[in-house]
Amino acid sequence: MKIDPIHQFNIEPIITLGHIGKHTIAITNSTIYMFVAVGIVGLLMLASGRQLIPGRMQSIAEISYEFVASTIRSTAGTEGMKFFPLIFSLFMFICVSNLVGIIPYTFTVSSHIIVTAALALLVFFTVLIYGVYKNGFKFFSIFVPHGVPGYILPLVMFIEILSFFLRPVSHSVRLFANMLAGHIALKVFAGFVAMLGVSLGAIGWIGGVLPLALTVALTALELLVAFLQAYVFAILTCIYLNDAIHPGH
Amino acid sequence: MATGHGDAKAKATGAHTEADGGHHGGGFPPFESTYFASQLVSLVIAFVALYIIVSRFALPKVGGVIEARQNAIEGDLAQAQKLKDESDAALKAYEAELAAARSRAQAIGNETREKLNASAEAERKALEDKLAGRLADAERQIAATRTTAMGNVRSIAAEAAGAIVQRLTGTAPDAAAVTKAVDASLKG
Repeated sequence: MKIDPIHQFNIEPIITLGHIGKHTIAITNSTIYMFVAVGIVGLLMLASGRQLIPGRMQSIAEISYEFVASTIRSTAGTEGMKFFPLIFSLFMFICVSNLVGIIPYTFTVSSHIIVTAALALLVFFTVLIYGVYKNGFKFFSIFVPHGVPGYILPLVMFIEILSFFLRPVSHSVRLFANMLAGHIALKVFAGFVAMLGVSLGAIGWIGGVLPLALTVALTALELLVAFLQAYVFAILTCIYLNDAIHPGH
Repeated sequence: MATGHGDAKAKATGAHTEADGGHHGGGFPPFESTYFASQLVSLVIAFVALYIIVSRFALPKVGGVIEARQNAIEGDLAQAQKLKDESDAALKAYEAELAAARSRAQAIGNETREKLNASAEAERKALEDKLAGRLADAERQIAATRTTAMGNVRSIAAEAAGAIVQRLTGTAPDAAAVTKAVDASLKG
C-alpha cells in the first residue's frame, strides 16, 4: 500500500492537439476540470429560475451575485461595479473549481501555480492598464504616500513600488499554496487510515479511527478554505482595482 | 511513486520535455513546465468562455430578476400604503359622520326636551291660573258669606241687646245707641 500524496496533482494528457513552438498543447484533466467549473457556474447562473420567490438553485445564484456585488461596493465603491463581470468570473471560477477539487478522485485546477499566476497577472495588468488609462501619470501617485517626511520618501517609494510588483506573486502563491497544502494533508491522513487497516489488521482498524476523524475534520476545513481562498482572491482583486479607480487614497 | 510518474509522462511526451530543459525531473507536478502551455491555453479558453457567459447572460439575467423582485416589493409596499391611506381616510370620514350624527341627535334631543318642557310649563301655568281663579272665587264667596253672616249676627245681637235692656230696665232703649254699642263690642 503506497501513499503518493503528489499523484493527485499530475497532469494527464488526454488528447494531444498539437504544438506551439516547443510546447505541447493538449487537452488534459486540468482542461476538463476548468470546463467543469465553467459549466457548473454557467448552469447555476443560467438554468436557475426567474421566480419572484426563489428556489434553492435560484437562491444560490442570487446570493453569489449579491455577495460579490456587495464585496465590490464595500471595497472599490460603486465605480468598481464596471469590473463586476471580471471579479464575479474570478470568484466563481476559483470557488467552484476549489470545491469540485475536494471531491475524491477529482483534480484541483487552482493547485497549479501556472493557473493561479495567470489569473493574478490578469488582475495585475488589468489594474495597471486601467489605472494608467483612467488617471494617466497620476496613477503612479499610489507609490507616493501622503505625509511621509522627505528624507525617508525614497525608501518608502522603493518599498511601495516593490510591493506593487510583488502583488501578483503573493496573490497567486497564496491560492496555489493553500490548495496544494490542504490536498496533500488530506491525502496523507486518508492514506494513514488505509495503510493502518491493511498492514496491522484488527489493531490497525482501531488505530485508523484517529486519522479518519482527522480526515473528516480536514475535509470540513478544506471546504472552508476552498471558499475562503476564492473570497480572498476576489477581495484582493477589488482592493487592487480600487487603487486604479481612486489612486488618490 | 511521484518520480516514476514524472518519468512515465516524460516518455509519453517525447522530445519536447527534453528540450524544455528537464524541468520534469523534480517530479513535483505543479512545477513541471511540460504542460504549462496546455494549461494556459485551456485556462484562456475556459476563462474567456466563462467571462462571456457571465457578462452577457448570467449577470444581466440574475440582476434583472433581483431588480424585478425589488420593484415588485416596492410596488406592493406602495399599494399597501395607498390602501392604508384610503382606509384611514374612510375611518376619518366615518368618525366625522358619526360625530355629526351624534351632535345632531343631541340637538334634536335638546329641542324636543325644551319643547316638552315649555308645553308642560304652559299647561302647569294654565292649571295654576285656573286653580288660583277658583281659589279666589271661593275666598270671595267665603268673605261674602261671612259678611252676610256677620250682618245677621249684628242685627240679631242688637235685637237681643235691646230685648235684654228692656227686660232689665223696663224701658225700650234707643235703637241707634244699641246698634252703636253692639258694633263697638263686635270690634273689641
